[in-house]
Amino acid sequence: MLIDYLPILLLLVFAIGFAAINLALSHLLGPKKPTPSKLSVYESGVQPVGNARQRFTIRFDLIAMLFIIFDIEVVFLYPWAIVFKKFSESSGYFILIEMLVFIGILFLGYIYAWKKGGLTWD
Amino acid sequence: MELPLHVLIISSLIKILIVVHVLLIGVMAMILAERKVSGWIQDRHGPNRVGPWGILQPIADGIKFFLKEDLIPDHVDKPIYVLAPAILLVPALIICAVVPFGSSITVAGYEIPLQIADINIGILYVLAITSLGVYGVVLGAWASNNKYSLLGGLRSSAQMISYELTLGLAIIGVLMLSGSLSLREIAIAQGANIWNWNFLIHLPAFLAFTTAAFAETNRLPFDLAEAEQELVAGYHTEYSSMKFAMYFMAEYMNMIVGSAVAVTLFLGGWHLFGLENLGGPFWSGVISIAIFSAKTALFLFVFIWVRWTLPRFRYDQLMNLGWKFLLPVALTSIVVTAIVWIGTQSKLLVGVCNVVAASVVVAIVASTLAMRREPEQIERQEPSFMKGSSSGRT
Repeated sequence: MLIDYLPILLLLVFAIGFAAINLALSHLLGPKKPTPSKLSVYESGVQPVGNARQRFTIRFDLIAMLFIIFDIEVVFLYPWAIVFKKFSESSGYFILIEMLVFIGILFLGYIYAWKKGGLTWD
Repeated sequence: MELPLHVLIISSLIKILIVVHVLLIGVMAMILAERKVSGWIQDRHGPNRVGPWGILQPIADGIKFFLKEDLIPDHVDKPIYVLAPAILLVPALIICAVVPFGSSITVAGYEIPLQIADINIGILYVLAITSLGVYGVVLGAWASNNKYSLLGGLRSSAQMISYELTLGLAIIGVLMLSGSLSLREIAIAQGANIWNWNFLIHLPAFLAFTTAAFAETNRLPFDLAEAEQELVAGYHTEYSSMKFAMYFMAEYMNMIVGSAVAVTLFLGGWHLFGLENLGGPFWSGVISIAIFSAKTALFLFVFIWVRWTLPRFRYDQLMNLGWKFLLPVALTSIVVTAIVWIGTQSKLLVGVCNVVAASVVVAIVASTLAMRREPEQIERQEPSFMKGSSSGRT
């Protein structure tokens, strides 16, 4: 079934070519008149203060970690969702209870993160 | 159904050329439509000087972008700075590969599906490639070495990954009742009967998905990443000429493809009251494309409409909405769909119970948040800046 992906490969080549042509064309066509103020950092016309590579709030990091945890759990739901309809006809409640246990654990983790203030942004 | 290799390659190339051009023209049309609709909503004309009815305005803009100075400031990380717009644009272009924009068309005896690639993991591919777009934003923001860009990029990435969870969860209910990841099969499973379309069966999930799609594209109620009043242009502050235009194009392409995916998943794809079966094997394909385009255009209009109607969220409101409302609503929708389907096998009951359960969840979360808010509000009753500004003005 790898042949199914051939059109995507063709499209990828096409997309990269399109992006490259855009970058190259504007590089070739545009005028080049650099001045010191054009090349400096834009800070609304005020003299730039310090470097932009500074520390930022830990909240962003926390959101990223929570995302990874939840996203991995969501991935586990996909195979289950695909076989759900077929299995529910043959095995009935088994597939339901199995998933309820999983979502229950996921939900506990969610409540824990909420109670600990992980989801609160202030 | 299996096509010979040379037919596959030729038909794919033709489809790619057509789809990419439709996307690019769609982007231009969207820019014009956005400005026209915003004019209409704000009771003014919008662009009306370039060509009749301002119709050539996007082309004039495009030429202007090419002819502008391609400026690379001194302080940036040059390779990443140049590559970042491409890293955003390429995923935006290749997502459309799995979207079925019509049923199938018979040309020269071959039945060609109206979709660039019908892969069996369809929707996973969409989610995976969507996530890649975050890299373009973050790398561009980091490479710009500008404080506005950095803040915009951080906000945007945190927002995009937060709403990606909702995006992923909201789809699961649909997958359960379709039993497939292929977008074509999901569309076929919905069929021509409007009561069978997923937006009625999974209404809360549909609303959560739509909201998440707005957030993913950084559109107005969620455009904190480029909040003009605080961050100039956000992550693309330091970008000019075509590099800026590439960010812009990628945003509009994401919007178009996002609408197309939403139409496929929730609004029945190319189906409409059996109209798609009229005509022969050739014309039915053309009609199905027209139906699909019309639905996508309708969805895109809602995008514009919302942008010019709603004000911007505050960042904590944005995170609250994503993590405390949409996530539990999407999760509940999965559980309710599973329980009701196993118990009754009735799509009508699944739809009704989904709405009831989602309302209950929203009510619980809202009351929890309201209880927490009270002490905060007492503290903030008299912000100090109010006194300062009023005395300054008088």
